[in-house]
Amino acid sequence: MLEIKNLHASVEDRKILKGVNLTVKAGEIHAIMGPNGSGKSTLAQVLAGRDTFDVTEGEIILDGESILELAPEERATKGVFLAFQYPVEIPGVRNNYFLKTALNAVRKARGETEFDAMDFLKLVKGKMKLLKIDESFMNRSVNEGFSGGEKKRNEILQMAILDPKLCVMDETDSGLDIDALRVVASGVNALRSPERAIVVITHYQRLLNYIVPDIVHVFVDGRIIKTGGKELALELEKEGYAEVAG
Amino acid sequence: MPGVAAYESTFNALEPALRAAGPAWVHDLRRQGLDRFRALGFPTLREEEWRFTRTRPIAELDFAPARESPAVDSATIVARTFDDAGCLRVVLVNGRAALPAGQPLPKGVWIGSLATALTERGDRVRAVLSRGVDLDRQRFAALNTAFLTDGVFIDVTDNATVEQPIHIVHVTVPGDAPTMTHPRLVVAIGRNAHASVVESYVTTGGGPYFTNAVSELRCGENATLTHCKVQREDARAFHVAMQHAVLASNSRFSTLSVSMGGALVRNDVHTILDGEGIDARVDGLYLAGGRQHVDSHTFIHHAKPHCHSFELYKGVLDDHARGVFNGRIYVDPIAQKTDAKQENNCILLSDDARINSNPQLEIFADDVKCTHGAAIGKTDDEALFYLRSRGIAAQDARDLIVYAFASEVVDRISIEPLKQGLEKEVFDWLEQARAARG
Repeated sequence: MLEIKNLHASVEDRKILKGVNLTVKAGEIHAIMGPNGSGKSTLAQVLAGRDTFDVTEGEIILDGESILELAPEERATKGVFLAFQYPVEIPGVRNNYFLKTALNAVRKARGETEFDAMDFLKLVKGKMKLLKIDESFMNRSVNEGFSGGEKKRNEILQMAILDPKLCVMDETDSGLDIDALRVVASGVNALRSPERAIVVITHYQRLLNYIVPDIVHVFVDGRIIKTGGKELALELEKEGYAEVAG
Repeated sequence: MPGVAAYESTFNALEPALRAAGPAWVHDLRRQGLDRFRALGFPTLREEEWRFTRTRPIAELDFAPARESPAVDSATIVARTFDDAGCLRVVLVNGRAALPAGQPLPKGVWIGSLATALTERGDRVRAVLSRGVDLDRQRFAALNTAFLTDGVFIDVTDNATVEQPIHIVHVTVPGDAPTMTHPRLVVAIGRNAHASVVESYVTTGGGPYFTNAVSELRCGENATLTHCKVQREDARAFHVAMQHAVLASNSRFSTLSVSMGGALVRNDVHTILDGEGIDARVDGLYLAGGRQHVDSHTFIHHAKPHCHSFELYKGVLDDHARGVFNGRIYVDPIAQKTDAKQENNCILLSDDARINSNPQLEIFADDVKCTHGAAIGKTDDEALFYLRSRGIAAQDARDLIVYAFASEVVDRISIEPLKQGLEKEVFDWLEQARAARG
């Protein structure tokens, strides 16, 4: 589904991604683990189309088609979803309105009929129950004044509603206590499907106890330096990145 | 250039009629207004208060007093303002007020045309009219006073309450030649009394014309006054307005000035906290595009201790629009424990739009809390990317952010149909701005 080939990206002449190669098939869960500042989050943002980063070399192919030239909203409608490490607060925009606008933008681009308020409400209520999200959520401004856990659950809620093919989850466990982590992880696990690929970016192994990956990559200094099965995560936790990176 | 002399000769030509309208003391006041205006003349850019606002376009035109015009039907008013079915409505067409017959008023409340009030309840009007408006400095208020004939008088006596919002609609029906109106609003809210007042400035279309309004608001002890002014003048109109509010102890006052229309707009909003324990809220929202110029000068005077004032002005400027915000807060030496907060935030949607924002805090008491802040910028990139990453197109995302920015002010409106109407207008404004950009 996703193929990243020799991807290089920089910001103001500072090279951050230095030749990333990654292939993710539908139905798989990949974990990308690496130390702080290694460029993991940059990779996530570049995948979603953030234009603060210049892609200087390489390719990103989604379902056989390059998405490098596509705007973030076009990537979203093609099924790319980034769960943000720091979900942005947007005062004055109600969560309800935001989600409905996003869903209908995506549906429209996919040639599907747009949801009216009733259909939307029905859809959202089901998903909110699953994620143990209070209904008052919908009338609050997007992420404004949300706790760390609420923000992350809101990300997963968006993911559940937009039904993407490729989910990139950037440090979804950061700022979560163990209970919130369980809720978020079960939300993600509920979204596992043979048609969907999930890339989990994290620097702790903890999350991977709850979202069990098929493949683990070690990401150091702008590249993937090692790839293995889920046991690689445990090895990393025990030995540290320096050791594994050799 | 016609300038001051033109106003003087217009005044002289009208004087017999003016003299006949209302009691003699009113005419003395008019003469005083004319004298002051003549002495002060039109401002120049050299004056601190007018540094960024060129009034020459007003001075250059020869405005004749707007003629009497037939009544404007209710549907037109609703279409140009908001669904005010639940309000007490007073309409002024070209400056002349008419209160539809048959609107029952609560006990202790008088609402009607200022011209009528001057003859029927002259003493009540005299007690409040032009009290505290500094004609030696406020030249446009002086000019308004010179031509003072009509407007609206709202007299809510002690302990009275007006449940329905009072909606004052100023409609200009422009003529073939440039016309002017000098409407005056006088609101007196007695002790423990409550009222809410909305002023709308609209037109049936056309121009140029000149609206030179003065609103005087007085809030008695422990009274509540909610006030909102919405300016939707024609794109060729000049709109100058002076608002002067005087608040007594323990009163609660909120005012919001929304500015959407007009070629050249200047709003002076003065709020005098002349008692203890007052809670004052002074908000503004200006949306401007094309070559519109919108100047907001606010002045909050803390004259007594233990008062709270909160001021939030927000602006959205597109194309070549120019905004000016000058927010002055003055705290007297005795006004200890003052808590004053001021914020002016502005979004510039184009590279050619400009804002001059100037907070001015003059604090002479030592035990106070006063803060101010100004943020000027484009739409937040982080928020924009977040929305786009969810599939929302760039332009829709930008509009959504700007809409949300403006709604912080609109959401505070307690008059529900006005709030809903304005929400839609902000949305429509964004659509139009977008269409204009192509």
